[in-house]
Amino acid sequence: MLTIKRVPTVVSNYQEDTVDDAAAAAAAEPVGLGRCCLSLSKLPLYAFKGDSEISPNSTSEGFFFLNSLLLTQWDERMSRGLFRYDVTACEAKVVPGKCGFVAQLNEGRHRKKRPTEFRVDQVLQPFDANKFNFTKVGQEEALFRFEPATNATPVDGTRSPSVVVINVSPIEYGHVLLIPRVLDCLPQRIDRESFLLALHLAVEAGNPYFRVGYNSLGAFATINHLHFQAYYLSVPFPVEKAPTRRIETLEGPDGGVKVSQLLEYPVRGLVFECGNTMKDLSNAVANSCIYLQENNIPFNVLICRSGGRIFLFPQCYAEKQALGKVSQELLDTQVNPAAWEIGGHMVLKRRKDYEEASEDSAWRLLAEVSLSAERFRQVKGCIFDALGLAVSEEESEANESLDSTRMCDSSVK
Amino acid sequence: MASSDDRSALARSLTSRYSEWIAEALDELPECFLITDPAIPGHPIVFASRGFLAMSGYAMDEVLGRNGRIFQGPATDRRSVMEIREAVREERTVQISLLNYRRDGTPHWILFHMCPVFEAAGSGRVAHFLAVQVPVPPRSRARSRSRSRSRWCGGATGMMLRACRNELLMDEGLGCSRAEESFVEMPSGGVEAEEPPVATDCEKEKAVNAANSIVSTLNRYSKITGRVVCGKRCCPVGVPLLSSSLIISLGRIKQNFVLTDPHLPDMPIVYASDAFLTLTGYSRDEVLGRNCRFLNGPGTSLEVLKEIKDSICAGQACSVRLLNYRKDASSFWNLLHISPIRDASGKIAFYVGVQLEEGLKCSYNGLSPEMWQLGAVGAVKVAVRGSSLSAGPSRPSS
Repeated sequence: MLTIKRVPTVVSNYQEDTVDDAAAAAAAEPVGLGRCCLSLSKLPLYAFKGDSEISPNSTSEGFFFLNSLLLTQWDERMSRGLFRYDVTACEAKVVPGKCGFVAQLNEGRHRKKRPTEFRVDQVLQPFDANKFNFTKVGQEEALFRFEPATNATPVDGTRSPSVVVINVSPIEYGHVLLIPRVLDCLPQRIDRESFLLALHLAVEAGNPYFRVGYNSLGAFATINHLHFQAYYLSVPFPVEKAPTRRIETLEGPDGGVKVSQLLEYPVRGLVFECGNTMKDLSNAVANSCIYLQENNIPFNVLICRSGGRIFLFPQCYAEKQALGKVSQELLDTQVNPAAWEIGGHMVLKRRKDYEEASEDSAWRLLAEVSLSAERFRQVKGCIFDALGLAVSEEESEANESLDSTRMCDSSVK
Repeated sequence: MASSDDRSALARSLTSRYSEWIAEALDELPECFLITDPAIPGHPIVFASRGFLAMSGYAMDEVLGRNGRIFQGPATDRRSVMEIREAVREERTVQISLLNYRRDGTPHWILFHMCPVFEAAGSGRVAHFLAVQVPVPPRSRARSRSRSRSRWCGGATGMMLRACRNELLMDEGLGCSRAEESFVEMPSGGVEAEEPPVATDCEKEKAVNAANSIVSTLNRYSKITGRVVCGKRCCPVGVPLLSSSLIISLGRIKQNFVLTDPHLPDMPIVYASDAFLTLTGYSRDEVLGRNCRFLNGPGTSLEVLKEIKDSICAGQACSVRLLNYRKDASSFWNLLHISPIRDASGKIAFYVGVQLEEGLKCSYNGLSPEMWQLGAVGAVKVAVRGSSLSAGPSRPSS
């Protein structure tokens, strides 16, 4: 069993340290969402058209409704003092260089508490009701329900609602968590229905600066209760600017989805775009994630361009950390490279790291996160098998030469 | 092809500013150039010169109303296109080698020189963009295998249209412009990308001179209508301009709001949304640079005004209800919400004031008017933080 020690991020004011303190956790549990349907039904409901056509909600004005709902609520929670710090008071900058990494100095995000042990060699772990999960968040931390219109019956106990809650340790303005079917207490693992919900969130917001992310266990998710994250940052992410090389187009049932590989970027990853319908795109990514989690490969997902472009990054940083293969210099920055960091948005805890942040230092950190060229090629091949695609010989050779550009070829696996 | 309504809007874009004679005057210029209007959704072409049509093989009505991307194709370098889009977003000049495609599909290299044409009065917004193309003849140059390919998605159905539209959105901030254009389908074999030819000094000079002469023509004719333009942004006296990218982002926020600058004497308005102007009946020129107190009048409670002042001094948000007056002297109850806005340095850069006229019965797709209006606060915070992130000078164009 491989574990690392880290201080978990506090995403809810009701989150307690560890399961050791179950008594304290139970005592400190005031009004939570729990199984009380009534509190959930008091939340505003944003119901989107559930089919895979372009939602009619997304008219010229429609783009702004979800954003207005989310931002108004978020701002109101800010004025109520629910966040652990004011994220807009955190300095941030674009690091000079070709990539445009975004660095933020956030000294308040990380608690000065003792680190907890996290198992990093098991991507799929069963849900543990004793640990913190999102049924325990405070009513005031929930913003609204987000569900397909066809399902929007009053909450009567037969259908579990999906909710959007605030992240009390936000990385940026509007940082929220999407909890699909909160009362079903799903563990942190991707399933097709939930991924489609997350994609709908990105699409309904209709804002390319509102990105949705997912971290698997072993890839820096701290809470084993299915959740996606999202926030606004109105500059392009470095990963969005990186060139890609198209590999294949999925035909057949998951039709029209174009799969590409990222080039000239420190973390190797796949890019999924297009698709005849939104469901096709969603399923292609979800199926790939399902393959990875069933084969114990930690990964992160980043949904960009309001759902038009999805990045998938298998990673191995936590494992390397557990095996003692990460340099102390990198460990000292305490950066946990999750979806946002991989995308190029780095939250730094020490002023020294912030002042000295450079494209090189960001690149070096992210290069440690990436699977090696060889390992990535294997994983990619397996994903393609799972999706029913063949990767041509010619394409693999081409990859060989392209991979030589600026990649640290670390070989953990 | 543009509908007749669209075509008249396109024609008006030019004639309302430069008079009926502008088309004739522009036709006399030999250079290859396009004029586009960023205020019309889709940022369409409103004029194409004779030289351009001859070079590209298109007819006028095939390009009018279309976006400039129709001249791009499979081997057009994506990064160059992104540079151009950033220049549009930031309202500045860019000069870059670009691979364009003629109507018959043949590619050719041009030196692309684009510059904004600013309104001389008011907030100095961009009236039009001028894009000059100087053909760059083939020269011997090294072909590079290791250069990365540019890729685009083709198609125009469902997900595709959204992805393509959102690519446009990405570069033009929050909001929506409907890009009905379809992209060129990518051949899966990939085109070997060539190194762009380096433009000679002579070609560069040609581009600059052409741009200058066209802008000066536009300037001359704009004096006829009084809606004068010039090649440089003109700053209203006393009010430093917000960065172009911020102005564009704020322009996408549909609610009533103003942005005021607490660091300037008397905390003047530095930005006012169109909705605010409609609500109050003032024009942009009449509000920029002035403190909001012009909205107050005999019935405005002094206590409330003090409350606002105290909140601002404390750097805090506040929500008040006060009687305000429009330009025509009619009054309305204003549910005003004021909030400090920090930029990427973490310090307060502005205050936003969001106005809600009391008593409105409309709903915004299920949102109450309050819920709708207050969304502007967050949207402004996101916009200001983002636009101040890259405070350094923009990348020089290649």
